[in-house]
Amino acid sequence: MDYVIEMLNIRKEFPGIVANDNINLQVKKGEIHALLGENGAGKSTLMNVLFGLYQPEKGEIRVRGEKANITDPNVANGLGIGMVHQHFMLVDTFTVTENIVLGSEPKKMGRVNLKKAEQEVQELSERYGLNVDPRAKIRDISVGMQQRVEILKTLYRGAEILIFDEPTAVLTPQEIKELIQIMKSLVSEGKSIILITHKLKEIMEVCDRCTVIRKGQGIGTVDVAETNPTDLASLMVGREVSFSTEKKPAEPQETYLSIKDLRVKDVRGVEMVKGLNLDVKAGEIVGIAGVDGNGQSELIEAITGLRKTESGEIKLHDKALTNLTPRKVTQSGISHIPQDRHKFGLVLDFPIGENMVLQSYYDKPFSKNGVMNFKNIYKKANELIEEYDVRTPDAYTKARALSGGNQQKAIIGREVDRSPDLIIAAQPTRGLDVGAIEFIHQRLIEERDKGRAVLLLSFELEEIMNLSDRIAVMFDGQIVSEVKPEETNEQDLGLLMAGNTTVKAGGE
Amino acid sequence: MLFSNRMINILIPIISVLLGLLSGAIIMFFFGYNPVEGYAALWNGAFGDSYFFGETIRQVTPYILSGLAVAFALRTGLLNIGVEGQVFVGWLASVWVGISFELPMVIHLPLAVLAAALAGAFWGFIPGILKAKLGVHEVIVTIMMNYIALYISNEMVRSVLTDGADRTPEIFPTASLASEWLASMTFYSRLHYGILIALFMAAVMWFVLNKTTTGFELRSVGFNQNASKYAGMNVSKNIVLAMVISGAFAGLAGAMEGLGTFGYMNVKSGFTNIGFDGIAVALLGANTALGVVLAAFLFGTLKIGALNMPTEAGVPTELVEIVIALIIFFVASSYIIRWVFLRFKKEGK
Ligand SMILES: Nc1ncnc2c1ncn2[C@@H]1O[C@H](COP(=O)(O)OP(=O)(O)OP(=O)(O)O)[C@@H](O)[C@H]1O
Ligand SMILES: [Mg+2]
Repeated sequence: MDYVIEMLNIRKEFPGIVANDNINLQVKKGEIHALLGENGAGKSTLMNVLFGLYQPEKGEIRVRGEKANITDPNVANGLGIGMVHQHFMLVDTFTVTENIVLGSEPKKMGRVNLKKAEQEVQELSERYGLNVDPRAKIRDISVGMQQRVEILKTLYRGAEILIFDEPTAVLTPQEIKELIQIMKSLVSEGKSIILITHKLKEIMEVCDRCTVIRKGQGIGTVDVAETNPTDLASLMVGREVSFSTEKKPAEPQETYLSIKDLRVKDVRGVEMVKGLNLDVKAGEIVGIAGVDGNGQSELIEAITGLRKTESGEIKLHDKALTNLTPRKVTQSGISHIPQDRHKFGLVLDFPIGENMVLQSYYDKPFSKNGVMNFKNIYKKANELIEEYDVRTPDAYTKARALSGGNQQKAIIGREVDRSPDLIIAAQPTRGLDVGAIEFIHQRLIEERDKGRAVLLLSFELEEIMNLSDRIAVMFDGQIVSEVKPEETNEQDLGLLMAGNTTVKAGGE
Repeated sequence: MLFSNRMINILIPIISVLLGLLSGAIIMFFFGYNPVEGYAALWNGAFGDSYFFGETIRQVTPYILSGLAVAFALRTGLLNIGVEGQVFVGWLASVWVGISFELPMVIHLPLAVLAAALAGAFWGFIPGILKAKLGVHEVIVTIMMNYIALYISNEMVRSVLTDGADRTPEIFPTASLASEWLASMTFYSRLHYGILIALFMAAVMWFVLNKTTTGFELRSVGFNQNASKYAGMNVSKNIVLAMVISGAFAGLAGAMEGLGTFGYMNVKSGFTNIGFDGIAVALLGANTALGVVLAAFLFGTLKIGALNMPTEAGVPTELVEIVIALIIFFVASSYIIRWVFLRFKKEGK
């Protein structure tokens, strides 16, 4: 057989849950093999088994036809298996080369030979079109570049089989295009790739075959050429999935959020929001479209009280929010689904149930006179877990043990449930499967219809186009134009986002 | 599954202690002493009669409190190496109140205890505020604060509390924790009422950390400052508060010595180690209130029991120190044991 990887009848259990049950995965040499499944289906778990991070309870792994016992990642490396994790493992203050050689440093007379390493990294980078500067410090390069460093790290260790766990979730559309090119050049050099992604478009574009997992069970493998996104989606969810969200036209009411002349600096003291004006009305969803790094994060942090504003004014109803503490902002009726769920959204070492009251724990009925009422907390948590289909063994499980998508669903449940006047949703569906995306979009539209204001930030134009009633294009710290989704297209939007003002809004 | 996580957490400290005792035995054997006799002497020295038992409990008392201090800080993401210094200022403050005036006991004793807690809290406040406002790492500051506490206390005893003497006068009986009743029950050991305070504070720590909104905030800030800020908690306030509470526990440990065991404060040539041993106690007790009480009990037993090893079994004090150090070593390196355990768990099914 010409399979480079065969995982046969794999079973992996966690306390209270079977994450993988009898899964088969066979990867041919030189193919890009997609792994598709809902949030919590067990994709990351299966790949962690292949990479030696977990030991399966049952099943067999064969590498190039030979039975392999992958007890830890070093064994995996030795077999030519490399993994690019969703959360990077890089040392911020080290250079690209230093990060790449860390753990397998080339030595010359007992000293690390960085010159030689730098050369090798440069060569590898050129060969696969990665365009990485071997001497740059990690903290100075973009997320997309950091991901390439992770790729180089596996290549440097001689990986022939590369595992990518949701690599495109953190990338901008442009970076995704480039990553796809990189993957194509990798397979043309004879490498094999296993790709986890929730984006069916990407599977259709680059993958040869696709293995589907549903609730821990292997459903089967299909040839991508013989299928289509609709079939893939129903195969993975087990029912029909609609892709474009149904919604009535918005009926905007009075202005809820109004921002005037806002100026905000980032950590380095560089002005990122430069005199921005924006209104969001009750009963409408305003989408902010823009290339990452044009001040979107700073804008949101300023509204939510996480960052000081330099000047300007933020008002909710007629109350000034400028420079209030996050607690005061929350109390005035704002919810915030943060862009970075691990950094801001969750205390990973707390049970998921306690994360559900992260902003409301001090209030009745979750506590009284400073004493927590865990009965009420877990009652609430279980309701939310049920309503938002958060898949977890129970509410006492640490947030860390939930799959990425289920962590996200938990945050969304918590934020929407507070029934705020304004919901700020930053990349709310990052890392979610198509079914969950449909559900979340539906919820946000429902909230809009209830008369709430929604401010959406997303780097995915499709999401912006689908969900927004009004699109505000952000460029260089300002809203440069406002368009209606039905009066524009992704092409024009892309040009506007690039700062091109000759495109007339509305397409006249 | 062969071992649940909870079981592993309980087994690891027990295995650490057993390994420590075992290697202690091997060393005794190597140097030509009978390990069985040695450990029998240790046992007798700790529990052999009611006097020894009383002394053991007396030793356990400050260990509980210093262990709680370290554990409380660790649970909130802080490494308080300054417990030693906080013990010193607590001791000093309690004795100062104890010798300065005579008041009815119901006022005097609580006042002296409170003074110790406040002094310790203040000594914790300084590294806390430096960390919260300037980002200075608490380990560096607390280490320096230990030396400051040592030398200030000595200077205070010499120049402020006395006229150049090496020890303060005895505290007034109205500020004393000593108990005629407990002492007479234990052949006039120095056992005092402090043990009740220590046990009560263990319950307080459990309650505050696990049951109150303050504890929820403190732990949240300890795990993830960004998420805590996002959730509307005041990160700086919680860092300072954690150090203040931790310091208060440590200050109380000092009061146990000042108002209970000794009844005075003397000029010290070096650290008492109550604070440093607290680190090992907290580690062995897995930073939980109950765990700390049990671990403190073990440490007190070893400390007091070991005094009997030279006389009864002829094992020299130095060797006893080595045995104790070995136990601490195995406890501190319990992560190695955890690692072996997890491997074992992987291989076996
Ligand atoms: N370390 C762990 N301890 C306990 N349970 C875990 C652990 N890791 C994963 N799980 C559980 O196993 C199941 C599968 O998780 P996994 O991370 O593999 O999902 P996934 O398919 O990668 O999902 P997503 O698309 O959301 O990333 C989930 O129910 C999760 O809660
Ligand atoms: Mg995953």
